[in-house]
Amino acid sequence: MEQTIGTQRGLAPTPASRLIGLAQGLLPVVVLAVVLGVIAPMVLSDFRLSLLGKFMCFAMIAIGLDLIWGYTGMLSLGHGVWFGLGGYALAMHMKIVAAQELGDPIPDFMTWSGIHALPFFWKPFVSLPVSLAAVVLVPGILAFCFGLLVFRSRVKGAYFSIITQALALSLSIMIVGKQEWTGGTNGLTSYTSLFGMNLMSPATQHTLYYATVIALLVIYLAAKWIVSSPFGRVMIAIRDDEDRVRFTGYNVGVVKAIVFAISAMFAGVAGALFATQVGIISPADIAIVPSIEFVLLVAVGGRGTLLGPIIGALLVGGARSALSENFPASWQFFYGALFVGAVLLFPAGLVGVVQQQWKRWRGKSSKIATPASMAVSTEEV
Amino acid sequence: MDIVLSQLFNGLSYGSILLLVAVGLAFSFGLMNVINMAHGEFIMVGAYTAYVLEQVFTGALGPAGASIYFVAAIPVAFVIAGIMGMILERTLIRRLYGRPLDTLLATWGVSLLLQQGARSLFGAQNVQVTVPNWLRGGIDVSGQFTMPYSRLFILVLVTACVAGVYYYIGKTAAGRRMRAVMQNREVANALGVDAPRVDMLTFGLASGLAGIAGCALALLGSVGPTLGTKWIVDAFLVVILGGIGQLVGTIVAALSIGWGNVILEFFSTAALGKVLVFLIVIAFLQFRPAGIVSRRGR
Repeated sequence: MEQTIGTQRGLAPTPASRLIGLAQGLLPVVVLAVVLGVIAPMVLSDFRLSLLGKFMCFAMIAIGLDLIWGYTGMLSLGHGVWFGLGGYALAMHMKIVAAQELGDPIPDFMTWSGIHALPFFWKPFVSLPVSLAAVVLVPGILAFCFGLLVFRSRVKGAYFSIITQALALSLSIMIVGKQEWTGGTNGLTSYTSLFGMNLMSPATQHTLYYATVIALLVIYLAAKWIVSSPFGRVMIAIRDDEDRVRFTGYNVGVVKAIVFAISAMFAGVAGALFATQVGIISPADIAIVPSIEFVLLVAVGGRGTLLGPIIGALLVGGARSALSENFPASWQFFYGALFVGAVLLFPAGLVGVVQQQWKRWRGKSSKIATPASMAVSTEEV
Repeated sequence: MDIVLSQLFNGLSYGSILLLVAVGLAFSFGLMNVINMAHGEFIMVGAYTAYVLEQVFTGALGPAGASIYFVAAIPVAFVIAGIMGMILERTLIRRLYGRPLDTLLATWGVSLLLQQGARSLFGAQNVQVTVPNWLRGGIDVSGQFTMPYSRLFILVLVTACVAGVYYYIGKTAAGRRMRAVMQNREVANALGVDAPRVDMLTFGLASGLAGIAGCALALLGSVGPTLGTKWIVDAFLVVILGGIGQLVGTIVAALSIGWGNVILEFFSTAALGKVLVFLIVIAFLQFRPAGIVSRRGR
């Protein structure tokens, strides 16, 4: 799956080998589609299925994180921001719809806070198409502007991580602080319908589940297309040696900002699907802690591979709910140990380990990128 | 006028605690490029140390213990947090050398472990530390503005710690070795400086200072397992703003962020103040990406 520059050099692809490559590339999509779209709905209860839908939302955000971390070498600890913006964009619309059904002009929490007219920035969200566009565009545009500012001044490595973390903290503080506009700590919840469908009905929940499967597959394919395009080569080159790419004439800051924006758009979609399926989006879903947990999914699954984030999200999500159900008092011990163990023992992640074993088994002499050099360029911070 | 004075005093107090937290972070970051997300948990360790010592002293000495325990708590917290820091460096961080973003994730895991450890030992409920009677009350400057003794004591404590760090870095042989490793690890190593030992000691010092900060925080509010987490982001901002491994820059940055928070909160709301401080830091980094005081090239 991993296409480093080195393995691509050499013979030009013949049509036959290209066809084989395409088949190999589509195999994971088919397997995922069958497992998630056919088998899972048959064997899982409604409760488990909705959990799986939630984990798939996390998988989408993990793919986005992998694009910027695994492929471009920047670790964002603030992806909850983009997840939250996407989630709130759709949740605001659903909240307005829920209020209209009751005959109120404004959502219930605003009435409680003594507000009687819809705040100006809520007004566009009355319209469904605008809200759906905002799910993707608001995170995308804001992330691009933020990225441009940050990358232009060559903030990178750990500095970038900490600044994104501060961003996540700021947004969650803002949302909690402006309760009359945002619903505060409680978040936005108890919405009833979307597209005129009743959100409580099992049929709608199933539809949403399938929509999530499709969105995940589309995002996976989009990410695959990006990393195998010439643009993807530049991303990997930036990860491996940013200065050399800059001296070659690329505008590294803009490339990074574009990748960051794409990744934010994926997160926005994930947030919107999360809010509709789980029925709530609150500051607790977007602050520092969840933002760092998204990164864990990529680390466990395997950075620099696109299947890794999906597998990581499903496994960690499953393990987490199993542990918190069985060891409610002490599950955080396991969770903390998972962070330490994943970094210390499996720096290449599960998919990375399997790939290494597979290549060793096939006796290929091609050199595998070491986890350390895959993760970050180690020379500067 | 009174309100202005009391806001300035609050900002100074907040900034000084932030300084104590950030100064250790700035040096472990500057020396080893390690992002220690568990740093906040050493604050928590220090605060719980004060709590435990209060229990022990009042158990042994009765009410008299409640007034003197705090004198013992400061050095004990320094030593306990410092030893835990050194253990962390020896067992985990050393293995991740040259992978800064990985240390970030691993130490986040350690912070979860430490938080859960505190929860298992002391319960999920916050505990309250009794402020010693000689730190209660305050100086009435004017009708509206009182300087509490506890906050004044913290100012003195921070000043003493920072002076100690300054002396350690600038005047002692160990501090000289630390600066040498920071400037050029390979050459320092070649000239006979035991760089791994310097790493361990610096990490211990950084963690110990966080432990002292925890003692100080125990005077101001209740102590809980997640006490450290809300300080860690601000402390990292201080490190970025001040410049890595720079004592003067860290002092200026901590006090600016402390005052910035308080002043902006005063003119807007608490939430908006925090966000404005963050935006100002980002804007500042546009002009000086390496922080207020940047190290000259080598």
